[in-house]
Amino acid sequence: MTLYGLLIIPAVAGVGAFFVKADSLRRRVLVLTAIVHTVLMAATWVSLPGPLLGGWLRLDALGQLVLSVTSLLFLAAAVYAVGYLQREHQKFHHDFQEGLLFTNAPEATFTGCLLLFLAAMTLVAASQRFGLLWVAIEATTLASAPLIFFHRHHRSLEATWKYLLICSVGIALALLGNFFLAVAASDPGGTPIPLVLEDLVRGASRLHVRWLQAAFLLFLVGYGTKMGLAPLHTWLPDAHSEAPSVVSALLSGALLNCAFLGILRVQQVCAAAGCGAFGRELFVGFGIVSMAVAAVFIIGQADFKRLLAYSSVEHMGILSLGVGLGGGASFGALLHAVNHSLTKALLFLVAGNILATYQTKSTLDVRGVLRALPVSGVLWLMGAFAITGSPPFGPFLSEFTILKAALDQGRSGVAAAYLVLLAAICVGMMTAALRMAQGVPDRHWENETRGEPVTAIGPPAVLAVLVLVLGLYVPPVLRTAIEAAARLLG
Amino acid sequence: MAGRVDSVLVLLALTSVLLLGSSRLVRCIRIVAFQGMLLAVLTLAVHAHALTLRVAMLAATILALKGAAFPWLLSRVLQEADVRREIEPLVSYVSSMLVGVVGFAVSFWLSERLPLPTPPISSLVLPVALFTTLVGLFLIVSRRTALTQVLAYLVLENGIYTFGVGLVHGTPMVVELGVLLDVFVAVFVMGIAIFHINREFDHIDANQLAALRD
Repeated sequence: MTLYGLLIIPAVAGVGAFFVKADSLRRRVLVLTAIVHTVLMAATWVSLPGPLLGGWLRLDALGQLVLSVTSLLFLAAAVYAVGYLQREHQKFHHDFQEGLLFTNAPEATFTGCLLLFLAAMTLVAASQRFGLLWVAIEATTLASAPLIFFHRHHRSLEATWKYLLICSVGIALALLGNFFLAVAASDPGGTPIPLVLEDLVRGASRLHVRWLQAAFLLFLVGYGTKMGLAPLHTWLPDAHSEAPSVVSALLSGALLNCAFLGILRVQQVCAAAGCGAFGRELFVGFGIVSMAVAAVFIIGQADFKRLLAYSSVEHMGILSLGVGLGGGASFGALLHAVNHSLTKALLFLVAGNILATYQTKSTLDVRGVLRALPVSGVLWLMGAFAITGSPPFGPFLSEFTILKAALDQGRSGVAAAYLVLLAAICVGMMTAALRMAQGVPDRHWENETRGEPVTAIGPPAVLAVLVLVLGLYVPPVLRTAIEAAARLLG
Repeated sequence: MAGRVDSVLVLLALTSVLLLGSSRLVRCIRIVAFQGMLLAVLTLAVHAHALTLRVAMLAATILALKGAAFPWLLSRVLQEADVRREIEPLVSYVSSMLVGVVGFAVSFWLSERLPLPTPPISSLVLPVALFTTLVGLFLIVSRRTALTQVLAYLVLENGIYTFGVGLVHGTPMVVELGVLLDVFVAVFVMGIAIFHINREFDHIDANQLAALRD
């Protein structure tokens, strides 16, 4: 019942939102749906809902983790969006980068797509059947593309086009992966194994290893494109920098996890079939490459939203690396997925506040955020310290867990590369973030600032508290859940 | 029966080759539409020995979507954009054909190296599916108009679908329809995007969408 609610309520609300005329009512629907979704998500922690539709839909530890993060972030984003949409209400907008005038997409489209996006991500988390998982992941692309094109000017259009095309092609390859998996599961004599996770894991010894490995490669490349693993990440910085900040927060914090889940599902099957090591080496490789590419683009990055986007590439690399190392590092990677989502959403939401006040994305033109926007400034610094892995925030703990696992396994080369890249990225990020926070703001803010609305600072503040708490203390419930999820990865 | 499947597959490969050498966009749309119809026929031909209502419905859906809805949608976009030909492609048409020939050889070579656990209905299924997929991928990176890129995406999808129809049996109807629905929405959303690209830039040259870079 809970699971049906989680899936159907946002879908119905999303379709409904297209037809609601009154803005205030539609915004209420958005927040209300987000609250109901979060409450239902919380209910799954009290009692895990059973399988539905003959086991096609089921929440296991991994799915529940992804769902919980998605649901929490969506609630934060929904509250933030109400204030954002109120501020964006006038018909014409002045583009501060090129001085052109543009309009926004209709608010009904925006809200509707936002809710459908939530429904699609929930379906990703709950899918146990590979075909359904594919349908859901492609649906997240289609529901989120109009969100990136909210500001109707040529840069966001370019970002949307790249996002649509690159991700659709990537996901099409994952469809081929699905078919390869079906071939791997076929049985010349008897009945083929159904492409449901549980059945595949149980019958893993009967799978054809070669086809399974080929399928894994296609899934890794396909969903890896969507997850933003370098060198398949090319859509990511554009989409994250051109989308409204509230959408960027969801793309980075929630959507990337969903794509990651898609890859982990195949890894589960591979591990059960005894060829987990094959996938793990690839994960390590993609992880290091992603971190390296991110480091190159983060150092000297002049656009703070792109900075955050490349940081997402880096953290997806860390997740991939952690799962690749396996053992204790898998636990670290899953904990890091939670930490990264919360921190990155916090940063993107604050970046939206900075953008709204300063009217520029340039890291060089923003000075004195701490004075101009005291609360946002503090949150910005907290987020920056957290994302670069400084104690006492959550990401430090999870990044350290992965490092420790690498050293315990005697992989000093990987550990060294990991540390060097983390250090380089830390310097690159902090140089920009500190410069923006400190100093004296030179223009705009004295007459422009209208104080900091509660909807703009409340959600990131809550996220900041969560990131801090997770750094000091991982609740036993969460620890057990992540341990269970890590065990699923073998 | 295998003969019928073989002929459809050969036609499928030929349409892909034809597409590699076509510059007029109307023609490209027609070729892809024909390829969509071939897929519907392929679906029927593969299941000719046990034709069920399920298969017939699936074939009808494919025919309606790939053979009629997509071409209609893309023709509308084309009229709106007032473009006739592909803009000077990154790889010339003659070279594209050569790439096609090489791709064909590679597909056969790959198929040799991937022995199927169960013998397929026709030995051509795997190479033709791989070939069509490769042609789709190649066209996406080598053509410049946004419209051709969508067509190329469809060809890629057709190749993957050929693989599914020819080699995978027992995919549940819901999943098949879900996949088709997703592809439909994808083409629809891309069509809208092209419409906006045309209005914003007065052209649909995706290569000129290059304001965002590091």
